[in-house]
Amino acid sequence: MSARNDILNRLGQRLGADQLAARRARAEAALAAHIGQPQGPRPTPGADLLAEFRRRAESLASTVEVVSTWADAPAALARYLAEKDLPRQGVAWPSLGHLDWAGAGLEIRLGAARGDDRLGITSCYCAIAETGTLMLLGESDTHAVTSLLPETHVALVPASLLLWGMEEGWAKLRAERGTPPRGVNFVSGPSRTGDIEQTLVLGAHGPYRVHLILLQDC
Amino acid sequence: MEVKSLQFKARAAERLADPALQSKLKGAKQLFVGGRARVVAEFDQVGQAGDFETLRGVGADIRDTVLDDLDAWLEIFEARATAGGATVLWARDGREAQKLIVDIAKRHGVKKVIKSKSMLSEEAGLNEGLEAAGVQSVETDLGEYILQLAKEPPSHILAPAIHKNKEEVDELFARYHGRPVTPAGQIDIPALTREARVALREHFLSADMGISGGNFLIAETGSVALVTNEGNGRMVTTLPKVHVAVVGIEKLIPSLEDLSALLRLLPRSATGQTISNYVSLLTGPRAEAAEEGPEHMYFVLMDNGRSSLVGSDFQEMLRCIRCGACMNHCPVYQSIGGHAYGWVYPGPMGSVLTPLYNGLEKAPDLPQAATLCGQCSVVCPVKIPLPELLRKLREKQMEGGLRSWQEKWSLKAWGFFAARPRLYALATGIGARVLKVMGGDEGRIEKLPGLAEWSRGRDFPAPQGKTFRELYAARKDLH
Ligand code: SF4
Repeated sequence: MSARNDILNRLGQRLGADQLAARRARAEAALAAHIGQPQGPRPTPGADLLAEFRRRAESLASTVEVVSTWADAPAALARYLAEKDLPRQGVAWPSLGHLDWAGAGLEIRLGAARGDDRLGITSCYCAIAETGTLMLLGESDTHAVTSLLPETHVALVPASLLLWGMEEGWAKLRAERGTPPRGVNFVSGPSRTGDIEQTLVLGAHGPYRVHLILLQDC
Repeated sequence: MEVKSLQFKARAAERLADPALQSKLKGAKQLFVGGRARVVAEFDQVGQAGDFETLRGVGADIRDTVLDDLDAWLEIFEARATAGGATVLWARDGREAQKLIVDIAKRHGVKKVIKSKSMLSEEAGLNEGLEAAGVQSVETDLGEYILQLAKEPPSHILAPAIHKNKEEVDELFARYHGRPVTPAGQIDIPALTREARVALREHFLSADMGISGGNFLIAETGSVALVTNEGNGRMVTTLPKVHVAVVGIEKLIPSLEDLSALLRLLPRSATGQTISNYVSLLTGPRAEAAEEGPEHMYFVLMDNGRSSLVGSDFQEMLRCIRCGACMNHCPVYQSIGGHAYGWVYPGPMGSVLTPLYNGLEKAPDLPQAATLCGQCSVVCPVKIPLPELLRKLREKQMEGGLRSWQEKWSLKAWGFFAARPRLYALATGIGARVLKVMGGDEGRIEKLPGLAEWSRGRDFPAPQGKTFRELYAARKDLH
């Protein structure tokens, strides 16, 4: 017998071989009841999503700057890089190609990050205030590697994309896309490890720093 | 991985007598226990009092919903994962899982595999299988990488290298990265981390296949969810052209909302974080137009003893979401560390799982490795009654007359212990004696480990060093 049938039969025997139909019906019904239905208590949403998101993100070692619109983002980024003494070259999602990076003195390539890119610029699919988290979909003009390989990850977050919890993110995804794309990534601050003597070190395999530029009028 | 739980007592005794290990375990305990307490209190504050407790109940219900009808749920998962373009394979045991994965590697001409942390792949001895087939397999979780260099098994499911200090790590890196050992006093942990990052980055970019575990399988979407802090899980599942997720059949949950609920429990219980840095939901291979992501995605769903727990007295154990809270809060684990348990899973959950998956005769001492303080079941995010399950295992053991085996082992070990009378004294009742040590001269314990809040102001009489077996025998006499 194939391993598959063997395992399923073994389970069936333990659960009642003659009740498989009932189990299938119960599972289908439970699945339908769980989809789109938040399970269990959730922290109460704060009144000000932006403030809440900012507080949470900062507590996870992200840095945050609030500006007004998309057009302000390149200059804000240039200021951040200068302040941290970081290189002005980087790679951005093609969906951010409309911004005037060169005008702010930055050298930005559009496309997917490579192993040696030092700066990766993304936006997000939405942002979760409950935990200060970015929700990112890896698609053809929103590459997953850009938030992962470079040492510095900068995300431009329009305030209109702020949601309270992960559940609201799922609802948006179902409504807009139906099924999820290959990779949905939730990013909450720079990568970290405590594997040597439980000493927290930022910048394990992913970015050393995550800087969020919030666009409050977008 | 070979089961070495037979030597539990001897190994435990050695560890109790190892002051360096004792101090590492103490540090880790403070970090994990304190961290969990803080975020749980905060969760109740932001929501309503008692919310976390309610959420634990919801977590248990979610897991039970699937486990009660597991075969039907697996069918749903298989259908949806397949519809998403993934290939779903099944393995009765670790050996079969190993073979399936080696075959996948061969089919795609894979030379190098990168792995994110997966305890299940330890169960299956996957690295050994791949190496034997001529495929290089690189562990990429920093702790697992250190252990792979040291050729040692993990000693904690979240912090696998918890038993190593920075000097030992520096020595390993010096040997394998071809550099001199750093002079004492100059070893810098961020520098060591960076060194590993550079070494592993090369592997990330050159590997042809990524193997991940899975924290959850989602029936709704046919996806696997991965939770990591380092970002290696994302690399492993994004960069190579093949992704294999090897996951236990019990890890299934219904919907994305269930994932969100369990994600409020897992990092809080595990590391005292409100959320882990990276949570990835991976569904099928990359879309045709996409420039990144694997071209092929496989699920290897492994049984390895799990199905025999379904519908049994021990089914509750399958709810486990591998958070590690039970070991972080366990006075026995805190005193002896993970290696003494002799298999993949240490602490209370390991004491239940190891004999259930491998046979009680291979791990006769583990069900006794408890002080009956009950902390593990208080903190378990899915309300697994661990002390109760340990009790049931001991009952099974009495019925099966497995003690006689133990007497035989004791004779064999006699030579070892005859030369070490202090170890012998320690080895004959680890759990009870751990508590006794904590009780000190007064014979009272002012604070139960990890339960400062609850035990403040209450004193517990410390057990007087009797083992469960002695107590059980004494109690029987009364009847
Ligand atoms: S038994 Fe409970 S506390 Fe222990 S690892 Fe599993 S889920 Fe966590």
